[in-house]
Amino acid sequence: MDSGAEGGIEADPRYRTLVSARRRLTWVLSATMLALYLGFLLLVAFNKPLMARPVGSGVLSIGILLGLAVILSAIGLTAVYVRRSTAVYDPLVDAIRADHGG
Amino acid sequence: MRPGLLLAGLIAAATLIGPAVAAGGAVRSGTNWTSILMFAAFTAVTLGITRWAARRTRTASDFYTAGGGITGFQNGLAIAGDYMSAASFLGISAQIFTDGFDGLIYSIGFLVGWPIILFLIAERLRNLGRYTFADVASFRFAQAPVRSFAAVSTLTVVLFYLIAQMVGAGQLIQLLFGLPYEYAVVIVGLLMTVYVLFGGMTATTWVQIVKAVLLLGSATFMAAMVLLPFGFSLEALFARAVAVKTDLAAASGSGDAAAAGRSIMGPGNFIRDPVSAISFGLALMFGTAGLPHILMRFFTVPDAKAARVSVLWATSWIAYFYLLTFVIGFGAIVLVATNPGYFDAAGGLVGGGNMAAIHLAHAIGGNAFLGFVSAVAFATILAVVAGLTLAGASAVSHDLYATVIKKGAADSAAELRVSRRTVLFLAVLAVALGILFKGQNVAFMVSLAFAIAASGNFPVLLLSLFWPGATTRGVVAGGSLGLVLALVLTILSPTVWVTVLGFADPIFPYSSPAIFSMPAAFLTIWLVSRLDRSRRAAVDRAGYRAQQIRAETGIGVDAAHAH
Repeated sequence: MDSGAEGGIEADPRYRTLVSARRRLTWVLSATMLALYLGFLLLVAFNKPLMARPVGSGVLSIGILLGLAVILSAIGLTAVYVRRSTAVYDPLVDAIRADHGG
Repeated sequence: MRPGLLLAGLIAAATLIGPAVAAGGAVRSGTNWTSILMFAAFTAVTLGITRWAARRTRTASDFYTAGGGITGFQNGLAIAGDYMSAASFLGISAQIFTDGFDGLIYSIGFLVGWPIILFLIAERLRNLGRYTFADVASFRFAQAPVRSFAAVSTLTVVLFYLIAQMVGAGQLIQLLFGLPYEYAVVIVGLLMTVYVLFGGMTATTWVQIVKAVLLLGSATFMAAMVLLPFGFSLEALFARAVAVKTDLAAASGSGDAAAAGRSIMGPGNFIRDPVSAISFGLALMFGTAGLPHILMRFFTVPDAKAARVSVLWATSWIAYFYLLTFVIGFGAIVLVATNPGYFDAAGGLVGGGNMAAIHLAHAIGGNAFLGFVSAVAFATILAVVAGLTLAGASAVSHDLYATVIKKGAADSAAELRVSRRTVLFLAVLAVALGILFKGQNVAFMVSLAFAIAASGNFPVLLLSLFWPGATTRGVVAGGSLGLVLALVLTILSPTVWVTVLGFADPIFPYSSPAIFSMPAAFLTIWLVSRLDRSRRAAVDRAGYRAQQIRAETGIGVDAAHAH
């Protein structure tokens, strides 16, 4: 690929949209996952009594509920990324590839 | 037909020699014939797969990446298979059996690395690479230094992971089949060699898929049987488990029995201080994104879309699996802890603490189901070992031999030859180390593999993908520092320095090195790259634009992949 072809693709507004929008989604979702997980670990490290407290009148604790929530959020965030990629980024990539070869 | 003959020989070995040896060892411990038959049946099926795959494995591309012909769904199952090791199945359910909540912390850590791989790495990896993650890490850099680093780092991670699996396999077979430990390790080494040597990635992937389906199926059955008497209510299961633990505490005469019973619902001593908590979390979360045998799986699918789909499937299966182990662990409290038949005279679990899930299988489905679950657990180790060996072999043949030594001029046949020799060498090494490390605590080796992957491979991969300023010197210096620091700090940590080496006080007080070694790697890459004024550095930085276009759109991939 010569630098002329690079310039051509980089000048394509669809390419710039693709790169900037996908980067934003990437960092937002990664930061969310990191925050949820480290938040859970820090609660375990700093506030054990809170995590052991029952949610209602039964034995199910806040810690177990939060843990299950982190597991479900991992699947949820993955699904968000896949849906957005399929709906928005794949058509952009296909259009760019059709016009610039590849 | 050398492969055919060898296969026939090995089937004979697995079905005849296995029980014969086991019969000899029957004096020492009970021989479980159902387990051995189940195990022989599974081995026969997987060897059949290998034979089928061997006919299709001709080029280096077939051998390393199944010719890129695996679908996203299949690859998702194979990834889940690579990841749901016997250590997670037996280890995590055993930890829940003992401590309750603390086992959940492990499961979550192993899971959250997957979204990170998807968001940051999977698609870009598929667009840029061909066989190994070093293809991607060295895309715009000088090939020889970056690939040499990647090969050393891959082999280090693979070796520590491999030792842990071999020792685990040896103990499992010794306990389940009544075989001597050394025989068990040799059988694992032999079978793994056959899968990888003749079937390559196609066989390894299909063995992984078969095993993933069996493991998910039997875990689902166990969880359903546990929940059935409770009307599928988790709350009812937890309440019964707390009652059982309270009764056990009261029977052993501990002070506050009710508090002891409730303790399984909250955090225990697993996470002691915040620094260890974050460090452990970083190692698990980012280590997954640096494991070479996992990254290699993204080259078995045809394109970036399929890579994405495979992560969605893998994440869902792995999450489902960890939810099942959670139920299984609590099921073991209710069904195993209440039955004195599963405990020896000293009050310990028969066969050791890790056998909670195996005893639960017996409590649910008798000897036949016990045999089935044992065979699946063993198959799990075999499949993981095969995947690891393939990753190690590709690092030597593709990165070191074809690119560094032959400067890219090696033909496919020669590369394949080197690869197969490496497989043999790694198998012998793994068996030798497995026997050498007999009886050692292996948990630290797995955590070390994750810490090294998070501190060496991950920073190099991330910055080469996302930071235009990174240079050859920067990534090699930073990656190497991260690798060495993770290694040294782990040796100085309580697990190795005190428990294994027997010194009184640890020099490094925290349980995981990642919180220091990972930022050190990132910082060094940044600093060295910034100060790099070499001619190569200019080439490295200029190469980012072309790399980014290919990473984001996949333009140029098809041409590069034409065989």
